[in-house]
Amino acid sequence: MITLTHFLIVGACLFSIGLYAVMARRNAIMVLVGIELMINAAVLNLVAFGRYDSEHYGGQAFALFAIVLAAASVAVALAIILNVYRHYKTINPEDINHLKD
Amino acid sequence: MSVFYFVAFLSIFFALMTIFTKNPVHSVLYLVITFFTFTVHYILLNAQFLAVVNFIVYMGAIMVLFLFVLMLLNLNKDTEPLKSNLVKFMGVIAGMCLLVTLAASFRLLQISDPVVLKNPDIGLVSNLGKVLFSDFLLPFEISSILLLTAMVGAVLLAKNDPKKV
Repeated sequence: MITLTHFLIVGACLFSIGLYAVMARRNAIMVLVGIELMINAAVLNLVAFGRYDSEHYGGQAFALFAIVLAAASVAVALAIILNVYRHYKTINPEDINHLKD
Repeated sequence: MSVFYFVAFLSIFFALMTIFTKNPVHSVLYLVITFFTFTVHYILLNAQFLAVVNFIVYMGAIMVLFLFVLMLLNLNKDTEPLKSNLVKFMGVIAGMCLLVTLAASFRLLQISDPVVLKNPDIGLVSNLGKVLFSDFLLPFEISSILLLTAMVGAVLLAKNDPKKV
């Protein structure tokens, strides 16, 4: 029988994988991919918990808002990465260490 | 039931492929497959509208955005430098600690109720829309303002000469 715990375990695994990508990759776009994986794991948890809220639909509504937030943040973050590449000619986050230009 | 195990295996497998592939373009393509398995998860969880939204937003919009930026930066070759041994060592230690913590927590895990369908229409767009426009009206409107702000910000940031703005 598939219980809530199964979905939570899948979400935890994907969150850990995304965390690894954020910590270990040396490419700003891959860091962003890791953040996307983490957001999706959180959304999966929201939907799984939303099964127990049949009156207010809280889980699915908040999952929808989380997807909207993720889409907006990805658009802005990719624009920032484009600007950073134009200025520094690299997108390795460790090489970008000047706050002012 | 066995569909869930198959899809869970696929999503974890493709997520691992996403982070261990060297080529960024291949990595983003594996990410597309991971998001598709999430869509199947949502259908299994009886959230049909969210499944469609996930399909359109993630597999359509965000993936095109990622691939366009990757092509624009022309980084689709092996440009990622190798990690030092210290970082790998730290990663292995941290991963083992996480694994031990998870194993210890699984020992204390209670078996939750099986996921039953209290209301099979819970994820349809009519019910979700009614809730969105009654209980969640203010967050809905604020998210529309957020999307407008993000659009203006992205266009301003991605313009050619940021110093003239």
